[in-house]
Amino acid sequence: MNTPIIRVTDVHKSYGRGPNRFDALKGVTFDINEGESIAIIGKSGSGKSTLMHVLALLDAPTSGTVELEGVDTSTLKGKNLNRARNKTFGFVFQQFFLTANASVLENVMLPMKIAGIRRSERKLRALAALEQLEMVDKAKNKAINLSGGQKQRSVIARALVNNPRIIFADEPTGNLDTVTGAVVEDILFNLNREHGITLIVVTHDEELAARCDRRMYIRDGLLVTDTTEVAA
Amino acid sequence: MKTLDLISSAASNTFRSKTRTILTVLAIFVGAFTLTITNGLGTGINRYIDDTVTSIGAEDVMTVTVTPDADSGFGGGSGPTEYDPAAVAGGGFGPGEGGTVVALTPDDLDTLATIDGVLDVEATKSISPDWVQYGDGTQYVTSIGGLVSGQTVQLAAGAAPATDASRLELNLPVSYVEPLGFADADAAIGETITIAITDAERTQHLVEATVVGVAEESIAAPGAGGLVVNAALTDSLYETQNIGIPTDQQERYAQASIRFDPSTSSEEITALKERLSNAGFTGTTVADQLGTVKTVIDAIVLVLNAFAVIALLAASFGIVNTLFMSVQERTREIGLMKAMGMGSGKVFGLFSLEAVFIGFLGSAIGVGIGMIVGTSISSLLSGAILADLPGLTLIAFDPLSISVIILVVMAIAFLAGTLPAARAARADPVESLRYE
Ligand SMILES: Nc1ncnc2c1ncn2[C@@H]1O[C@H](COP(=O)(O)OP(=O)(O)OP(=O)(O)O)[C@@H](O)[C@H]1O
Ligand SMILES: [Mg+2]
Repeated sequence: MNTPIIRVTDVHKSYGRGPNRFDALKGVTFDINEGESIAIIGKSGSGKSTLMHVLALLDAPTSGTVELEGVDTSTLKGKNLNRARNKTFGFVFQQFFLTANASVLENVMLPMKIAGIRRSERKLRALAALEQLEMVDKAKNKAINLSGGQKQRSVIARALVNNPRIIFADEPTGNLDTVTGAVVEDILFNLNREHGITLIVVTHDEELAARCDRRMYIRDGLLVTDTTEVAA
Repeated sequence: MKTLDLISSAASNTFRSKTRTILTVLAIFVGAFTLTITNGLGTGINRYIDDTVTSIGAEDVMTVTVTPDADSGFGGGSGPTEYDPAAVAGGGFGPGEGGTVVALTPDDLDTLATIDGVLDVEATKSISPDWVQYGDGTQYVTSIGGLVSGQTVQLAAGAAPATDASRLELNLPVSYVEPLGFADADAAIGETITIAITDAERTQHLVEATVVGVAEESIAAPGAGGLVVNAALTDSLYETQNIGIPTDQQERYAQASIRFDPSTSSEEITALKERLSNAGFTGTTVADQLGTVKTVIDAIVLVLNAFAVIALLAASFGIVNTLFMSVQERTREIGLMKAMGMGSGKVFGLFSLEAVFIGFLGSAIGVGIGMIVGTSISSLLSGAILADLPGLTLIAFDPLSISVIILVVMAIAFLAGTLPAARAARADPVESLRYE
């Protein structure tokens, strides 16, 4: 079998020191293969977001290793780390994190601006991504004036505009009603199936989790159930 | 992120919170405006002085006096100064004015002529007339000065007194024209005026001379704002004044003018002064005399500039504050940009460029309005209270100091921006994204 796109080996993550020390992750080990859709499920405070941040190279584990396509990510520094973040990942957050007073187009172009892509090409690609999400007519609108569903679709457009290998979605439907939430879910699973983008969803929602290929249950910083392992 | 994108993002970010940006820009504007005006003042006055020195055209002339002994005069020890029979009352333009100076004797003049670099020596005959009068008009107290060779007069009418003419000729300053009773400057040309002078035996003599020109007044005009006379008139007045003085005492001069090669460099002039000083003389050029004026003006401008810089420093705290607020507000955005692979250096650049841009806006507007206001003030004043100093643009601007002001303000803004920008650059993406 191919090398997994992400390999996590005995990752610990603790916050604080001494008596205030808190272990958010207490040793998790698993592989993620390219093209999988994975749900990370658990109660509030169980360590889901912490795990996602470690996987997305936003935070370094206290101990243990995270390998990205066979490369130990602790060896990535500065430019290489930023390149890996920019080229490999796309993010969808519950709170959207759109720049309120900038246009939808500007928001979607941001990752490409960071990547240093020419303005004309940025625009073309951003419009193509908005097209894919049926948001072209809103391109010139300010992000603040969009509905929740439109915001989340803009965020997804921004997440996929750099052709990422992996999309991280932290409670992507948390702020949406069921109908809009279902639409956003469809979009994400469609990207996963049609474009082979690995999808990692952090959620409380059992229904959303049920649509994923694989479910990983986290409790108190430990991986309690992993459906692949159960199946295997 | 490309540098150009970084700059344009920074520029557009400054306009996100318009009120805040405008207030900060306003604070910088005040500092930059003041700096522009005070600098313009220095430039204007110093440029006027330079122009005056050039227009006099006496760059190759030096005024020489005998260097007083260390223990005589005011500079020396305390107590009364011992009487020196060789001392004469100083007159004209130069050190010792109003006091006494050690006189130059014909021997001294010969010594001066032998000093290396001296082309020509001419004793300055100091003349103290009692009054000047036109026809039966009012008598006015005046002073008299000659033209040093190479010196030119800025004329309002007529011509300069002819150096080699045997006729007694003089120039009147413009301010004398109306009091003496002439309709205007042109009406004075060709008229005869009377100069009264008292000799050593207290007898008053009247000397008549022809007005050939009317001179503009300037701070360094020949004759120091009085009558400018030709050699023939100088000699005539000097002889009259010396009636009754024994012949061996007559040739005593408070100062002399020497000429040197006009192409002499300033180092060579310094060397020449050195040689003069070794021989016991003090040499002063016109530029030296005005140099002291310039030093004073530079000092005043420096003090005014210091106030402007203080205003700028206060404004820079405004920048610090504005940017800290901006960093605070945009914590999530910073976190997101970092999560998307924007390096800390670029984040730092983004915020410090924002500061620089605010600084640029404030200084460009300040300098622009400062130049408009300064220009109108000086054109208003030159028609009114400065009308007596033609050619003076009180507040003038040169491109170099204007660009220096803008650059300095931008540099100050950059420094002010480093603190908030460093905070933004240090921000941890995870913390920023958790931030509520
Ligand atoms: N910077 C920090 N300092 C101290 N403790 C932290 C910090 N960040 C997270 N934690 C703690 O780590 C634990 C895991 O947090 P995490 O955000 O991963 O939970 P979560 O599973 O995503 O919860 P939720 O579903 O509410 O988002 C929590 O108990 C939290 O209080
Ligand atoms: Mg969470």
